[in-house]
Amino acid sequence: MWKLAMDGKDQELRTVFADTLNALIEENPKIFVMDADLAGASKFGKIQKAHPDNFLNMGISEANMMSAAAGMSMRGYIPFVHTFAPFADRRSLDQIYLSGAYAKNTLNIYGSDPGVCVAANGGTHTTFEDVAVMRTIPEAMVFDPADGAQLAWLIRELVPLKGVHYIRANRKNTPNLYAEGSTFTIGKGNILREGTDVLLIAMGEVLHDALAAAEELGQQGISVEVVDMFTVKPLDAELVCREAAGKKLVVTFENHSVIGGLGGAVAEVMAEAGCGVRLKRLGVNDQFGQVGTLEYLKEAYGLTKENCVKVIQENL
Amino acid sequence: MEKKELQACKVRSAQVRLDVLKMLKWRRYGHLGGAMSIIELLSVLYTRHLRHNPKDPAWEGRDYLVLSKGHAGPALYATLAEEGYFDKELLFTLNEGGTCLPSHPDRTKTPGVDATTGSLGQGTSIAAGLGYTFRLEKSDQKVYLIVGDGELNEGQCWEAFQFIASHNLNEVIVFIDENKRQLDGWTEKIIRPFDIAEKMRAFGFYTVRCDGSSEEAIDNAIQEVKGVKDQAVCVVLNTTKGQGSPYWEAVEDNHAPKFNAEADAETDKDIARLEAWLKENGGM
Ligand SMILES: Cc1ncc(C[n+]2csc(CCOP(=O)(O)OP(=O)(O)O)c2C)c(N)n1
Ligand SMILES: [Mg+2]
Repeated sequence: MWKLAMDGKDQELRTVFADTLNALIEENPKIFVMDADLAGASKFGKIQKAHPDNFLNMGISEANMMSAAAGMSMRGYIPFVHTFAPFADRRSLDQIYLSGAYAKNTLNIYGSDPGVCVAANGGTHTTFEDVAVMRTIPEAMVFDPADGAQLAWLIRELVPLKGVHYIRANRKNTPNLYAEGSTFTIGKGNILREGTDVLLIAMGEVLHDALAAAEELGQQGISVEVVDMFTVKPLDAELVCREAAGKKLVVTFENHSVIGGLGGAVAEVMAEAGCGVRLKRLGVNDQFGQVGTLEYLKEAYGLTKENCVKVIQENL
Repeated sequence: MEKKELQACKVRSAQVRLDVLKMLKWRRYGHLGGAMSIIELLSVLYTRHLRHNPKDPAWEGRDYLVLSKGHAGPALYATLAEEGYFDKELLFTLNEGGTCLPSHPDRTKTPGVDATTGSLGQGTSIAAGLGYTFRLEKSDQKVYLIVGDGELNEGQCWEAFQFIASHNLNEVIVFIDENKRQLDGWTEKIIRPFDIAEKMRAFGFYTVRCDGSSEEAIDNAIQEVKGVKDQAVCVVLNTTKGQGSPYWEAVEDNHAPKFNAEADAETDKDIARLEAWLKENGGM
């Protein structure tokens, strides 16, 4: 069961990641953590300190890290690996695909600072495609958790599961959304807010903006239902079809390209099921990234509450 | 190198170091350590070796510079500003939304930037490809390729080196900035580098070592490798991460520091020292 707790304290998602793994290693010494010369950036240095036998810094060799982690998983180890999102989805794709998924090995991947979370690292380090890329790997699961409570739950949940699991998440401070100790179900969306006119499906970094947009539209007499689709794959197709029924408009909202991400996934489901409701995908429109603060980038790509309100008004 | 030319190089290094420190202090964070360690190299390359034209950055006949350790962008930007590619004021837009100076070099955004880098390792292969076109076209153009010692962890570097060595492609001059640290600390403690020069020799490169904080030593090394025929060439520079600032050299984690009050005060000392030196040496 989950509960909203939006007044809760902001958390650094990398700290949640490191602290959760540190606690889990105490319970399960088979958990093995790797980083690729970004342990300072990920705070995985905390794991190296607390559990030196459960950690390796692989150096700047992401592809090597992925296959090595897959090799370790063949011997019952449970690898959790971190690098920036671009070096996971773009730089190590064949290794994740083949050494990991195809060979039925296990890789739990933290691709950090996806999309606009990249901020100062700029266009070269931006991933507006990681969900799309990872989603096409057979049997892989793809997650975009929105806050610390959800991330901590997800990490615990993945420990006993075999296969490739890709988690994209900010490293830095992220507003709180769920109450501590909330539980969820992999592959099931969460209806955060009921509504009758519009179904707004969002995830990760922009979920807060989605909720705020729904609030504002509510004051204008537009009733917006908001869903947290933190599992992009496997997608909760049943929920999409059920909740789309009777709505005037479905909107997806993501910190990612509209091609192949949450919007793409929802479009596939709605078209095949013949939902018969209009879909508008709000996200990055076939563009590259750039440098700037998180706020600047959200503005530049229209990933704000204000733009979400505007897009819904225009499309209703 | 003549005394006068050496002095010009030193003035350039001091000026660029001053600008890098000012820029990063103003920005409050940035890739300081690895920018500082290539300043002398950039000074020697730009004042003595690179054939280029700031008025025509797209000139096809130029020598190319590939900063494969792209995070050292601030040192390249300060150098390009000195060369007159753009106004110095622009340095104070680093990483700002809409800037033409992003943290990692981008050939589509900045005049004078020849290659887009930032994903470590890729610049080595880009340089190899550029160099191969000079071979095909029987041109005497060169590519100056700057690689980090941590960057050498990436397999792609060694794929590029195999290619360069196999083709005796000395159109590419490989510079390895051995500052002995990467992001998470000492290379020796992360992925042991062993003897980088010996590794390059084993890969087939004519390799020289030099003191990467001495413009004269760097220039001598370049002259030496430029005289080599029919073999790939490499210069391994012995440098210090944070080079040229006693304070920053001593900061353990100086890869991409944030500026706090102590850093401000110490950086101000560096700035004052560099400004005084430049004044005395006719640089300002
Ligand atoms: C493929 C890739 N992986 C990781 C990073 C993140 N990163 C940026 S700089 C750096 C360390 C580089 O070390 P080194 O090459 O020694 O550079 P220097 O010491 O000169 O700063 C890392 C890991 C990156 N830019 N590219
Ligand atoms: Mg280094």
